[in-house]
Amino acid sequence: MFLTIDWTIILEKFVLIVVVVMGSLIIAMYATWGERKVAAILQDRRGPNRAGPAGIFQPLADGLKLFFKEEIIPNFSSKFLFILGPCLAMLTAIMIGAVVPWGNKLHLFNRDMSLQIADINIGILFVFGVVSMGVYGIMIGGWASNNKFSLFGALRAASQIISYELPMGLALIALLMVTGTLSLKAMVGGQMDHIWNIFKQPLGFLIFLVCAFAECNRTPFDLAEAENELVGGYHTEYSSMKLGFYLFAEYINMFLSSAVMVSLFFGGYDIPFFNDAALIDKLGLNWVTIIQGGVLFIKIVCFLIFFMWVRWTIPRFRYDQLMNLGWKILIPLAIFNMLLTGALVLLKQNHWHF
Amino acid sequence: MQALTNRLKVVSRKPMTFWERMYLPAILKGMIITFSHIFKKRPTINYPEKTRPFSPVFRGLQILNRDEEGREKCTACGLCAVACPAEAITMEAAERKVGEEHLYKEEKYAAKYEINMLRCIFCGFCEEACPKDAIYLSETFAPSNFQRKGFIYGKEDLLIPDPKKDPEAYKKALGSRAKHPEGHGNEH
Repeated sequence: MFLTIDWTIILEKFVLIVVVVMGSLIIAMYATWGERKVAAILQDRRGPNRAGPAGIFQPLADGLKLFFKEEIIPNFSSKFLFILGPCLAMLTAIMIGAVVPWGNKLHLFNRDMSLQIADINIGILFVFGVVSMGVYGIMIGGWASNNKFSLFGALRAASQIISYELPMGLALIALLMVTGTLSLKAMVGGQMDHIWNIFKQPLGFLIFLVCAFAECNRTPFDLAEAENELVGGYHTEYSSMKLGFYLFAEYINMFLSSAVMVSLFFGGYDIPFFNDAALIDKLGLNWVTIIQGGVLFIKIVCFLIFFMWVRWTIPRFRYDQLMNLGWKILIPLAIFNMLLTGALVLLKQNHWHF
Repeated sequence: MQALTNRLKVVSRKPMTFWERMYLPAILKGMIITFSHIFKKRPTINYPEKTRPFSPVFRGLQILNRDEEGREKCTACGLCAVACPAEAITMEAAERKVGEEHLYKEEKYAAKYEINMLRCIFCGFCEEACPKDAIYLSETFAPSNFQRKGFIYGKEDLLIPDPKKDPEAYKKALGSRAKHPEGHGNEH
């Protein structure tokens, strides 16, 4: 009858949501700049350097350009779906940020404020669900364009993401056996107390990494937008900011999958070589949380640079090679990893007696 | 069969070894190669800030010269127009009036002097033909323009700044090519 709503928590979460969404957008923006810079450096070029010092205003200029471009909706497209496609891509990309723990907690105004939008107990499953929704953005966009090449791109993206979700999930199962929890926050907490999961699950991480590349549609798995085969892939018919949304969604996906990978395997916001609990006593909770945020950010940036580094090193897979790698190599490997981990976990529970 | 060149490369069709089929070592190798490029020197020159040095015999935009007192040297004799293989130069002569001695060096001067930069081939024959050292080719090249008529350079575009009124701009416009009027190598 008297439904009491805790307005402060709504306000707190609202602020956090705005910060996370804005943060992901800004980081995605600067990831485009970083991408161009990294590409330039690896190819002995200079990259964007006209707009502002070292070209740091280049993303703004690019965004402005996209906004001012003519918005074309093809006559034979299904208009509602055509607009829905990029929206969905963007939406699902941003939604992953809801479960990533961005830091421990801040103590402000006499209350603890968790730096995670929603600490749901099935955190990583939520990520998986949302990621597999992400393909709908591409699928719907490609289908609604009413263009064979767009449809090809969308088809490829769909089959690729379905194929690579399997080994990704299997690699994750092995990880879950080790950590014993699905909540990302609890996983990070476990890694703060013990060693990082990368040392417990190196093979699992490798599989997860390869699959993350595939899920983000990044080179070498960017078959969905192979320009030399498919014109532009699923976004051939898109222009203006709708195209911008697709490109943006890719970078947000990259950023958030880096965040998830860091949380799963690299200790999340854990400060390496320091005992965080001891540090809290010394510096106070808020400062440690801020440092943790910074550390997490550095780890994510390292991953982003790694993504770009790989992109500008290796060429694209052929479609059959992609499927071979996914179904014939990664899935058996992931199952092997799962069985091995299961056996080791059981042995450990049995105190190393057979 | 005898090979025509020594560039023949036999394609290896051997099945890949296990190490090669692992694929990851190869990727790692490639990534090390790209990483090493971080430390390579970039061949790009940041153009508007830095320019590539021109060779000493570079022929750029024409300049109509003045003498030390700021008087125009050109006498509108028309030898440059005759020498011009592209027929880019047109001029109209005029007689110097009394009281204009500080403007023009000799009794005759060019009232109108135009070079069509779209026709000009920058051969430098005008410079060779000029008996008064009134025209020479500088080190700058023709800037871009939005209209064709913008490429027809009149006297106001070609004439060097007055050394008395604006000595710095004069120095800058003079460049290194005008310093040794007899040393171009054109005379020999």
